[in-house]
Amino acid sequence: MSKDLRNPLARARGLGSAKEGVSHWMLQRLTAVGLIFLTLWFVITVLSLIHADYATARASIARPWNAVMLIALIVTMFRHAVLGLQVVIEDYVHTRWLEVASLVAIKFIAVLAALSGVLAVLRIALGN
Amino acid sequence: MAQTGRPLSPHLQIYKWQVQMVSSILHRATGIINAVGSLIIVWGLASLAAGPDTFGTFTGIVGSPFGTVVMVGWTLNFFYHLCNGIRHLAQDAGQGYSIQSFVRSSWLAIVLAIVLTALVWGYILMGAHA
Repeated sequence: MSKDLRNPLARARGLGSAKEGVSHWMLQRLTAVGLIFLTLWFVITVLSLIHADYATARASIARPWNAVMLIALIVTMFRHAVLGLQVVIEDYVHTRWLEVASLVAIKFIAVLAALSGVLAVLRIALGN
Repeated sequence: MAQTGRPLSPHLQIYKWQVQMVSSILHRATGIINAVGSLIIVWGLASLAAGPDTFGTFTGIVGSPFGTVVMVGWTLNFFYHLCNGIRHLAQDAGQGYSIQSFVRSSWLAIVLAIVLTALVWGYILMGAHA
């Protein structure tokens, strides 16, 4: 028996055992809705530049609106990816140390990749 | 798995294959592949920032026959995850739960992904020959 004397509803109101309630679920969907627009914009942007030369492509990405949209895409995309990969790892990796190591690894990789992407966009946008 | 003695649900192989199972499994698989694909976006942006030579190497690899096959596959992968993701968002809002519409929307996501991939690559290849 649990020593917790609170009833289950009170515990649920305390956001459950992980203390984060539905925030994982909700953030997965919020980023999904954002990515509908951001990825479609990205596909159209890439298609408009696909036969362009280097200077044209670079100048286009350097435009403030495009740079902002790209940074938003990079951040949202990696956040969404980590949330999704986390669930897959938790569901299918049954060796505890491997599960934890994978969960940490995807977060490290995602943060490094996102920072690299943002830095690249800033270098293009700020012209160096 | 802990031996609890509780009854287990039948294993996946017991069930007859249905499109809803395929669309659900594909959503995870395509999500994992998209996560890897997001690294290609970062690679492309980093090489665009690095200069014409580095970017040329990137476009050379991506535009090679092997790279093109990967890109077409990734396009299909992406559009499937997009279409089925929108389907799941609608289901999260409580829509489309009857068996009939569940099956129909599964097929719709698959067919729409193929159509959008064909449109994108039709556009790219027509531009290449223009």
